[in-house]
Amino acid sequence: MDFVSGLCCRECGRTYPVEALHVCDFCFGPLEVTYDYERIAATTSRQRIESGPRSIWRYADLLPVADAAPVDLGAGFTPLVRADRLAAELGLGELWIKDDTANPTGSFKDRVVSVALTKARQLGFKIAACASTGNLANSVAAHAARAGMDSVVLIPHDLERAKITMTAVYGGRVVAVEGSYDDVNRLCAELTSEQPDWAFVNVNIRTYYSEGSKTLAFEVAEQLGWEAPDHVVVPIGSGSQLTKVAKGFAELARVGLLDRPPNVRVSGAQAEGCAPVATAFAEGTDVIRPVKPDTVAKSLAIGNPADGWYALDTVRSSGGACAAVNDEEILEGIRLLARTEGIFAETAGGVTIATLAKLAAAGVVRPDERVVAMVTGHGLKTVEALAGSVGPTVTIAPTLAAFNEALESGIDLPSTASPRSAA
Amino acid sequence: MTTVRIPTQLRTLTGGVGEVAVEGANVGEVLQGLDAAHPGFGERLFDEQGSLRRFVNVFVDEEDVRFLDGLATPVGAGQTLSIVPAVAGG
Repeated sequence: MDFVSGLCCRECGRTYPVEALHVCDFCFGPLEVTYDYERIAATTSRQRIESGPRSIWRYADLLPVADAAPVDLGAGFTPLVRADRLAAELGLGELWIKDDTANPTGSFKDRVVSVALTKARQLGFKIAACASTGNLANSVAAHAARAGMDSVVLIPHDLERAKITMTAVYGGRVVAVEGSYDDVNRLCAELTSEQPDWAFVNVNIRTYYSEGSKTLAFEVAEQLGWEAPDHVVVPIGSGSQLTKVAKGFAELARVGLLDRPPNVRVSGAQAEGCAPVATAFAEGTDVIRPVKPDTVAKSLAIGNPADGWYALDTVRSSGGACAAVNDEEILEGIRLLARTEGIFAETAGGVTIATLAKLAAAGVVRPDERVVAMVTGHGLKTVEALAGSVGPTVTIAPTLAAFNEALESGIDLPSTASPRSAA
Repeated sequence: MTTVRIPTQLRTLTGGVGEVAVEGANVGEVLQGLDAAHPGFGERLFDEQGSLRRFVNVFVDEEDVRFLDGLATPVGAGQTLSIVPAVAGG
C-alpha cells in the first residue's frame, strides 16, 4: 500500500482526493502529492530499500502508487559513474555522471512513465497518451505495450527520425502535429477535457508522473553511500525534473535515510535557443517569459515551461545557478563526454555537460564540491545532430599499402610503438 | 461574438458547457464579459492586481496572448479564445 495522504494545490493550498487531477479547480495551480511522512519514516529503511528490486520500485515507499506488479520495463537504478577524466578537463574535483542513457528506452522518461502508467491503470484507465518531444513518446509507447494498454502519443512533426521510429515500433498511434512542442502541449491540454478516458501522463496524470523524477535523487544518494552531493546540474525542459530532484533529496532526509542533512546546490542547464528560465535567472526576475524555441536540443525545446517558475525558485533558493549554451557548445558537450568518459548522450546531455563546463569555468561549480551531472538520454536518439561533425578518421582501400599511406600522410592515429616492441 | 473554449476545471461555472459566445473588442473585455455572464470566472482567472494568474494561459486562435498584446489583444467575430491550464507537459 502507498503512503499518499492526498493532493494539494501548490499555489493556494486547496486539497483534493487521489484522482486523475493535475491542476487546482480554483487557481489552476499544480497539484502536488502529499504523503504521510511519519508513517513512511516508521516503515522504510536503507535495508528495506537495498533488498528491493534494482529499479525505481525499490523506492516504492516514497512513490505515489504501490503495486506488487507495476508497469515496469526495469527503469532506474542506472549507473552513477565517477568521471575523473571529464573532471580534469573542466578543472573540477569529484565529479559523477548519472548515466540515465541506460534506461530501457534510453532516457529518464522511463522513470516517470513507469509511475504514471502504474497509477493510471490503478485508476482504471486503458488508454495511455502524452504530448512529447520524443523521449516521452518512446517511453509511453513501450510501457503501454508492456501493460497491454492502447497508446496515443502526440509529437511535433519534425522530431529526430530515431525518436519517431522508436515510438512507432511499439504499435501504438503516433500523431505528428504540424507545430512546435508548445502547440502539441496546448492541444493535449485541451484534449484532456474532450477525452476524459485517456491517461495523458504529462497532463491529467502529471501529478503522479512527475514524482518519478525523485528517484534520480534517491539513487544518487544511495549510490554515494546514503549521502547527498554538494551540487547537481540538471537540464531544464518543463522544469519538473529539476524541482523533483531537489524534492527527492529533501524527502530522504525527512524520512531519516540520510545521516547528514542535505545541502544540495541545484543548477539548471538550458539551450540558448530555448532559455526562458536561464533568461529570468540572468535578469533577476520572477517572470518567465515564454519563447519560440530554436535549438538542436529538441527534447528541451519547451518555450512555455510548466514548472519554470518552481525550477527558478529551486535554483535560487539552493544557491545554484542557471546558464544557457549554444548549439555548437551543445555538440561539443556531447563529444567531450563521449571522449572523456565513454558515454554517448543525446543533445539534452550535451546541454548539461556544456552548461557544467560553463559554470565550472565561471567558478560557480567548484572543485571542492562533490558534483553530479544528470545525463538523461541516449545519443542514438539524436545522431542527426552530429552529422558532419564526427565520422571516419580516414577511408581507405582494404590493403596494407593504403593503410601505411594513410599513416604517412599524417592522419591522427596513435603511436605505432606497441607494448610488445616497447618491452 | 467571440467563441470562448472553457476547460473542464471551469465548466462548473457554465453549467457543463465547453464553449460560450461572448462580446468584446479585446481579450480583457471578452474575459470580463465571460465573468458577467457566468460569475466566478473573474476571481479564478485574475489575481488581485488584475493580471492573468500565473498558471492561466489564454490563446487567441492558436497563439498565446503573451506573444501578442496580452489582455489588450484585439479579437473579432469568428475568432476563438481558449482558456488552458498552464500546468502540462514536459
